[in-house]
Amino acid sequence: MTEKKLESAAGDKLMIRMESVNKWYGEFHVLKDINLDVRQGERIVLCGPSGSGKSTTIRCINRLEEHQAGRIIVDGVELTSDLKQIEAIRREVGMVFQHFNLFPHLTVLENCTLAPMWVRHMPRREAEAVAMHFLERVRIPEQALKYPGQLSGGQQQRVAIARALCMKPAIMLFDEPTSALDPEMVKEVLDTMIELAESGMTMLCVTHEMGFARTVAHRIIFMDRGEIVEQAAPDEFFSNPKSERTRTFLGQILH
Amino acid sequence: MDTHIFKPDLKRPLLSVGALGWLRTNLFSNWFNTLLTLFSLYLIWLVVPPIVKWAIIDADWVGTTRADCTSEGACWVFIKMRFAQFMYGFYPHELRWRVDLTVIAAIVGAAPLFVRAMPRKLIYGAFFLVAYPALAFWLLHGGFLGLVAVPTSQWGGLMLTLVIAVVGIAGAMPLGILLALGRRSDMPAIRVICVTFIEFWRGVPLITVLFMSSVMLPLFLPEHVSIDKLLRALLAVMLFEAAYIAEVVRGGLQAIPKGQYEAAAAMGLGYWRSMGLVILPQALKLVIPGIVNTFIALFKDTSLVIIIGLFDLLNSIHQATVDPAWLGFATEGYVFAALVFWIFCFGMSRYSMSIERRLDRGHKR
Repeated sequence: MTEKKLESAAGDKLMIRMESVNKWYGEFHVLKDINLDVRQGERIVLCGPSGSGKSTTIRCINRLEEHQAGRIIVDGVELTSDLKQIEAIRREVGMVFQHFNLFPHLTVLENCTLAPMWVRHMPRREAEAVAMHFLERVRIPEQALKYPGQLSGGQQQRVAIARALCMKPAIMLFDEPTSALDPEMVKEVLDTMIELAESGMTMLCVTHEMGFARTVAHRIIFMDRGEIVEQAAPDEFFSNPKSERTRTFLGQILH
Repeated sequence: MDTHIFKPDLKRPLLSVGALGWLRTNLFSNWFNTLLTLFSLYLIWLVVPPIVKWAIIDADWVGTTRADCTSEGACWVFIKMRFAQFMYGFYPHELRWRVDLTVIAAIVGAAPLFVRAMPRKLIYGAFFLVAYPALAFWLLHGGFLGLVAVPTSQWGGLMLTLVIAVVGIAGAMPLGILLALGRRSDMPAIRVICVTFIEFWRGVPLITVLFMSSVMLPLFLPEHVSIDKLLRALLAVMLFEAAYIAEVVRGGLQAIPKGQYEAAAAMGLGYWRSMGLVILPQALKLVIPGIVNTFIALFKDTSLVIIIGLFDLLNSIHQATVDPAWLGFATEGYVFAALVFWIFCFGMSRYSMSIERRLDRGHKR
């Protein structure tokens, strides 16, 4: 992992606003009063122990999870139960999953062209050109005609990133993108994400890769038991964590 | 430096490879398997020669009446003389070319769908699915555009069996898929309707459904309204089998990992496009064996229409065996019926296996 810092700054436009978001699974209070503003071009890393609600937080942003109280506004559109609005937001928000979730019955190229063709109504030729462009960016254009099952984990995750980018999203969500990978494949995925960060994409990333967080993040958010415990710029976060809880957590993951 | 000397190739050991080796490992690996093998050979020797003797060696193949059947063996003359009836039922002689043409149209029309590299297959497939039923109805039933009407009461034989099976399959499949989706819907009302429908049809025997459609339904309808008997049977078979297909498809839907639903949703594909483009193609592929199983059962169940007096293949054969001119040849008739049913069912089974192999992409995430 490079120790150089990305210097591109965040813009002024507010892309995501979460206001006192609360969520329960049955009786269990998973998200407690989450407040979060994300500006255009801002890169945020969410970390914390498992079960702390970090994945749930970003999954609320594209309504894979429904929040029960509070407001979430994405790119000026509020998330309600209105399906039209949910779909409008999902078009603008790309997501990369821990287990890739590529469609195994479609080729890599078809995985990438599916949403542009059926959601954006792009002609096939154009969608394929866009897909090839992004497959080149994640450096696997030669795999375009293979099926996901024929690729390694790292390659699959890079395809998943390309697939999300093909929709030209304004925001990218990453839900532990390297957690399911074999160790030797983590770097190729992180490098792809760093490149994406360099292009000025607004990114929210749940990850335990602290080197990546240090290089890329504008802000690191530490969550525990459904609450945002602490948030700070990486330098501040790593050198001078304020809460005892954060210090313990960092002590556990930074050996 | 030492030079490595390679060992020479030896002849293979005779008893472990090749035909002899196969026999040894599969049939005579120990005393128990040897015993089983010998016993099986004895059973085959008991059963097969008499069948061959009856069906082929001693059988009568030529002639026109029962008087020509003089030997001990099977009287295939009976099948030969009544073959047309078994195929067409009471469909008028001079109009039987229309049935033949319907079958030829099906084969010619569907053939491009089996060419793998055919361009615009989806569009053609959709066109075929709409155009062919209309064409088939016009050819078989007629009554408009210059063709004489042949009422369904004159339909029969294998043709009727195929009409019921094909219409049943073509109708039950989409309806079953919708029911399966409905049963997993988030909307309680839709779920309740689908569950009720499925459980109702699964809870009654097909023979009861056919009987009710034919005997009880007319009691509830006003005097002047009469629905064609075949149409009622078709609807009954379709609704009945749709319930079974629905449960098979639901099994497939449940086997698709949640991540697939989420990935499709996260891209902004709505419900129908998620299902149609991502979930169903995978789910249906998983349940091909179950679907084909249901279709094979449906194909054989068509013979139950005998209960409402339709003359499908089996009923046609049955009628022929009670014809005084041919009394005593029921065995030949039913062996022939079994053979025809077996050919179609075995064909379906082999075809499903070939689709499975072709679609196998290795279900790895």
